[in-house]
Amino acid sequence: MPHKTKARIADIEQRLLLDAIYHQYHYDFRAYAQASLKRRLQSALTQFSCKTLSQLQDRVLHEPAVFTGLLQYLTVQVSDMFRDPSYFLALRNEVVPILRTYPSIKVWVAGCSTGEEVYSLAILLHEEGLLDRTLIYATDINPHALRAAEQGVFDLDRVAAFTENHARAGGRSSLSDYYTARYSRVVFDKALREHMVFSDHSLATDSVFAEVHLISCRNVLIYFERDLQNRALGLFHDALVHRGFLGLGSKESLRFSAQAEHFDDFVLEDRIYRKKAGR
Amino acid sequence: MNASAAHASNTPAGGPYQAIVIGGSSGAIDVLNVLLPRLPVGLRAAVIVVLHLPRDRRSLLVDIFRPRCALPVQEAEDQQPIQAGHLYFAPPDYHLLIDSGPRLALSVDAPLHFSRPSIDVLFESAADGYGDKLVGVLLSGANDDGAAGLAAIHAAGGYTIVQDPASASMPTMPEAALARFPRQTPGKTPSNTPGKTPAPHVLTPEAIAARFVQLHAQRLL
Repeated sequence: MPHKTKARIADIEQRLLLDAIYHQYHYDFRAYAQASLKRRLQSALTQFSCKTLSQLQDRVLHEPAVFTGLLQYLTVQVSDMFRDPSYFLALRNEVVPILRTYPSIKVWVAGCSTGEEVYSLAILLHEEGLLDRTLIYATDINPHALRAAEQGVFDLDRVAAFTENHARAGGRSSLSDYYTARYSRVVFDKALREHMVFSDHSLATDSVFAEVHLISCRNVLIYFERDLQNRALGLFHDALVHRGFLGLGSKESLRFSAQAEHFDDFVLEDRIYRKKAGR
Repeated sequence: MNASAAHASNTPAGGPYQAIVIGGSSGAIDVLNVLLPRLPVGLRAAVIVVLHLPRDRRSLLVDIFRPRCALPVQEAEDQQPIQAGHLYFAPPDYHLLIDSGPRLALSVDAPLHFSRPSIDVLFESAADGYGDKLVGVLLSGANDDGAAGLAAIHAAGGYTIVQDPASASMPTMPEAALARFPRQTPGKTPSNTPGKTPAPHVLTPEAIAARFVQLHAQRLL
């Protein structure tokens, strides 16, 4: 079979599989960036011993456990605590002084995956004396990732990198103050979790659920096609209080987005934006 | 003339190439310094480069190459439409992919061959997106990232070039790519077996630069 034909069939199979997932399980990956998705689906084929996406589709429709497994392939993101320390440093130096003026603070970590960023923000806010009046909503579409995030357990061999990032992010305390090491794992302090609410939420299909002062959504939008990016950014705009803050990943920007006109650059090099007044 | 005629016989009938993807690791920056400044204004293809870099530092590639290149040079941004005659570098700590449009897309999926960006990730998605309208170039490096990607470009009918391992300061990467193909003599244009596209062209940095110029003159780049 010519290569072009094979490639076209693979594209058709991918679209059909995503349709099937949407209709049966109501997870909508149809507007995700297809190139990344394709790589993940190809590695899932090996895992589920399928030759083609059509075969995988058959199993996904008829065996819910296969879908649950596939969801891990499609959604789990592994991040580091304080990934891109300069982002957290900019939050600390530029955004925290304004958050400090509110009697109570709400933060939304959209697409929190296994929670690295949620704990990073909680520690930062604790160091700045704001955690006691803060509630962090941490949302994701993957229930397994949410459960892991809620437990706050990470592999010990990742902690050295987390610690270095934390220091570079202007950390005022020792990261080890916030966790207990148990064998090859570390468990983060329950007191941090009292300020977190974990919840299932899809940027593709759900709507706004709260009014918040800061949204941190990093390296999530890069998995979306532009229309879905615009939808998510529209939700963020609606969820933010007057002059609220939005932080994106270091290579994400509002530049190619329909929402660009509704935000001001705040700390552009760290991709922190501020909702414009008057809307 | 001879080389050009021999080359033309290897050109798929598909017409001009829309993109050149280049991958390299240790030892590749010197090669890029030979290749990129010689790319002519008016190039019909976009040029997209993955170089393995330290993850936790800002890349200096744009600063280094912008003043030396005739083409506009930038670091790839997510969802950016790919423009002909522009040169894009993958940012450190992100995979770079080609998505429909064609647009550039980034991901933070797990490193591949301990590398993010990974050359395989760029090459395989580019092979999907561009098919036989793609030139793939694999340079010096100390691991085997890029070998599977170059094979994917080849399988899609693209034009493949591997830096002559003898000219590479780290020959592992070009050798790993060539190990997937029948043996051939460096500098010699591979023979075309009926029904099968030729194996990669094995060229020195100077010869790769000359090949780009030649393909441009033939209105293929």
